[in-house]
Amino acid sequence: MKKKHKSISYGKWGYLFILPFFITFFVFSFIPLINTIRYSFFEYYRSGIKEIGPNFIGIKNYASLLESDMLKYTGNTLILWIIGFIPQILIALMLAGWFSDVRFKIHGKQFFKVVIYLPNMIMASAFALLFFTMFSTKGPINSILMSIGITKSPIDFMGSVFGTRSLIGFMNFLMWFGNTTIMLMAAIMGISTDIFEAVEIDGCNRIQRFFYITLPLIKPILAYTLITSIIGGLQMFDVPQILTNGHGNPDRTSMTLIMFLNNHLKSKNYGMAGALSVYLFIISGILCMIVYKMINGKNSEK
Amino acid sequence: MKKKLISALIAAATAAEMLAGCGNSANSSSESTLGQNAADSSSESVSAENSSADEGKIINIYCWNDEFRTRVETVYDQVVNTSEDGTVTKLKDGSEIHWIINPNQDGVYQAKLDEALMNQASAADNDKVDLFLSETDYVFKYTDKTANVALPLKDIGINPDKDFADQYSFTRTTASDSDGVQRGSTWQCCPGLLVYRRDIAKDVFGTDDPEEIGKKVSDWDKMKAAAEELKAKGYYVFASYADTFRLYGNSISEPWVKPGSSTVKVDKKIMNWVNDSKKWKDSGYFDPAIKGQWNDDWNKAMGSKSKVFAFLFPAWGIDFVLKPNWDGDKGAWAVTNPPQEYNWGGSYIHAAVGTDNPQHAKDIILALTANKDNLVKISKETSDFTNNRSAMAALASDKSFSSEFLGGENPFKYFAPVAENIKIAPLSAYDQGCVELIQSSFGDYFEGKVDLDKAKANFETAIMERYPDITKVEWPE
Amino acid sequence: MKLKKGKYFTSILIHLVLIILAFMCLFFFYVLIINATHSHADLQKGFSALPGKSFIENFKNVANDGSFPMFKGIVNSIIISTSCAVICTYFSSLTAYGLYAYNFKLKKFAFTFIMAILVMPTQVTAMGFLKLITRMGMYDTFFPLIIPSIASPAVFYFMYSYLQSALPLSLVEAARIDGSGEFRTFNRIVIPIMKPAISVQAIFIFVGSWNNYFVPALIIQSKSKMTVPILIATLRGADYMNFDMGKIYMMITAAIVPIIIAYLFLSKYIIAGVALGGVKE
Repeated sequence: MKKKHKSISYGKWGYLFILPFFITFFVFSFIPLINTIRYSFFEYYRSGIKEIGPNFIGIKNYASLLESDMLKYTGNTLILWIIGFIPQILIALMLAGWFSDVRFKIHGKQFFKVVIYLPNMIMASAFALLFFTMFSTKGPINSILMSIGITKSPIDFMGSVFGTRSLIGFMNFLMWFGNTTIMLMAAIMGISTDIFEAVEIDGCNRIQRFFYITLPLIKPILAYTLITSIIGGLQMFDVPQILTNGHGNPDRTSMTLIMFLNNHLKSKNYGMAGALSVYLFIISGILCMIVYKMINGKNSEK
Repeated sequence: MKKKLISALIAAATAAEMLAGCGNSANSSSESTLGQNAADSSSESVSAENSSADEGKIINIYCWNDEFRTRVETVYDQVVNTSEDGTVTKLKDGSEIHWIINPNQDGVYQAKLDEALMNQASAADNDKVDLFLSETDYVFKYTDKTANVALPLKDIGINPDKDFADQYSFTRTTASDSDGVQRGSTWQCCPGLLVYRRDIAKDVFGTDDPEEIGKKVSDWDKMKAAAEELKAKGYYVFASYADTFRLYGNSISEPWVKPGSSTVKVDKKIMNWVNDSKKWKDSGYFDPAIKGQWNDDWNKAMGSKSKVFAFLFPAWGIDFVLKPNWDGDKGAWAVTNPPQEYNWGGSYIHAAVGTDNPQHAKDIILALTANKDNLVKISKETSDFTNNRSAMAALASDKSFSSEFLGGENPFKYFAPVAENIKIAPLSAYDQGCVELIQSSFGDYFEGKVDLDKAKANFETAIMERYPDITKVEWPE
Repeated sequence: MKLKKGKYFTSILIHLVLIILAFMCLFFFYVLIINATHSHADLQKGFSALPGKSFIENFKNVANDGSFPMFKGIVNSIIISTSCAVICTYFSSLTAYGLYAYNFKLKKFAFTFIMAILVMPTQVTAMGFLKLITRMGMYDTFFPLIIPSIASPAVFYFMYSYLQSALPLSLVEAARIDGSGEFRTFNRIVIPIMKPAISVQAIFIFVGSWNNYFVPALIIQSKSKMTVPILIATLRGADYMNFDMGKIYMMITAAIVPIIIAYLFLSKYIIAGVALGGVKE
């Protein structure tokens, strides 16, 4: 009873503390967002430098998007994300486990910790540019492969669906695994050492300990990683854009949703871009809801 | 006295238009006649000292790199100096040119320019766009009369028929709207040639003489026979299918999109390019490692280790693309006539509707695109092929004018006749997207990734994405 | 004995995996830096594993190019990224603490709301954002690049998760009993506890902001305010006039060096901070 009284009296501080966030959000995101949603019901685009519309057309934009290849691009995005994310989370978990376990003597631990995060420093567009050059048919990778006799004629990495997608996945992996590792490490380090000591006395081996103690305890951060990665995956843009010159070649199999959105933004098709944004919003919302429920469902019931 | 009065009238007319904002078509047509009369009587030269008090002090020029700035510095006699960072150029009368440079990359330049032009009416005088540049691929977007963002040149006191009499006429057509009113002008003309490696020519054809090689490539059938010979010796005639595109694509007989239509009509010539390229690609005439242009592989094809015989380039291509990419000795390349005359590129100068500096706009346009001495100067200093027929004809026969890079050859000898014979394709506001997307969509087809129908479908999807108002694509029989 | 052997094997495996990963990470930097030492003509000949001789020349080309004020760009990027990192971590912690430590009527709603907007792609609001900024007179200023970072749902969520695992509410209660004001409690007790989370996020935000191209490209117009990614895009977009890959590689190198220095400098604190997080409670 007393406690409840207390939280009520401190409630205003709660409002006060979250106020800056909400003000900023409403000004810089909400107003633009509302506009985006509003435009999605209009025919509104530029033809040359003439503005057409806005004319209200109801849900026509939504309907014509469903008829377009939007679902195909959703599939592409998902595939590209999975190719990068699966190795990323596995390696990151493994590394975080190794780094945070005092019983492993890792030489140059500091060095490795610092190095794995490095690829995340370089801007995605520059990284993609670098990859594009390196894996081009006359690039260094091909000349190395040819000089050590693995292949006779240059491999056209970006000529095949598999090659392009793997490259994009590999780049995403390389750029993000260090980031994820650091995040997970912070979480594992946050676990009280008492717990580890206790289970050690109980005779838990390393693998058991990892699956039964560490994983459940870092669930919130894991959920965070998964959610931000899904969002990042849905927003995948720079890498495939630059690697494929914005065309999503071959045969538009590397075209992601944001590249699709970018095409509409580029043509100043506000109506269509608005509708696509709303779809994106819904898709990512559903995905995150699922993940969030999956991971935090049991906890919140408790 | 009369002259002064008239220039005041012009200024007043322009001021009136400024006040009226973008101006509707009725308004602008009455103004046009006024401008025309004025221009007739005073077109000789209305120089800077005549400028009225209404003339603004800041001239905003939108462009995508510093090429235009260096041209202005080279030939515009009013220039005093340019600030260290290249953003402000001071003129003798105290006014300043402000260079607003945005990268062409990802359409940033056009996006920023469009934004500025749409806000032109409400912008403060010193923020208004005064001059802007466009390229052949999208010049029509800005010269379009319904868009009405580029002033008809006669409205600022230029008489195109007289002042530009010595320009190549196709450049004037290109810068005109669908009524033939000229709304822009260029200092360069971009006739394209065949640039080939002398060593490969000697190896395969036994000679590197431009005349002899020229005979071997004078039309497409001969070109193909030459490609076969090259292939037999392990060379490629061109780097990629994209190299030949301009020869077909810039000579189409009807515009991609007719005025007022919402249908993209793919020209027969484009399909010829598709079919020929497929055949050539499958026959192994192109370097299989190279896809498209403007990428690292393509650049490397211009290096000394490459097996590629030739490129199809205008003057800027030789100087700014081929030369920096060539790592061998000077004099290894030569130019000759292409299998078909074509034009590739060209930057147009436009005076923006609503400018508060019509006088400066006029002076700059005339200095850069109508003054023969200036154009010769540009050609001599930068080996750009400039837009003046008599000057170029003179340079073509000038024995002292030769290029070290081309082994002492005078490229103008080949440029000049090509420039005379260019038949420029009728333009539409959709050209840039069509040209870009047709090449990328059919790239997959040439590589054997998709069949012809799928490539067509991909083009249709892409073009409708780019231009929301396009509803249909028509393919030739 | 067997156990020991197994451990030995594991140790080798660990080091092997780490070395491969480290190699992959460093290889690209190596290529980048090597390429930055070659002239364009050298690069045309194909990749060479040894450094070239054009480092100084490329550097001069980048440094002296007035139309691409690289060093001004680096300064701009540092200002923006640092401000973002500071503002964003502070306000995100504040918001997370507000939602974590207090009970109020709209708490659940506020939390759900933030989680919902977490999934909103930036690109979605870009065009509305630009119009708004122009109307507010903030076009071509740094403010629209910094202020909106106050509302970063993702950082908020990280901070919130961290608080959940690291801040016992009893500590807050104890502070109250000691007579500490709410705001003071936050600044003096909560912030130090959150240090590991803050330093990790600060780096992420700094890097994210440093590499952001999309929004600055919309907002920034004048050359003197351009950030590094815009300059690189500008250089690459300058087509044939400035075609010099050596210069481009050098520019990218110049763009990542400050950030790597900042990282190496901060990484000490990060790892210390992480360790600190381990021994708390």
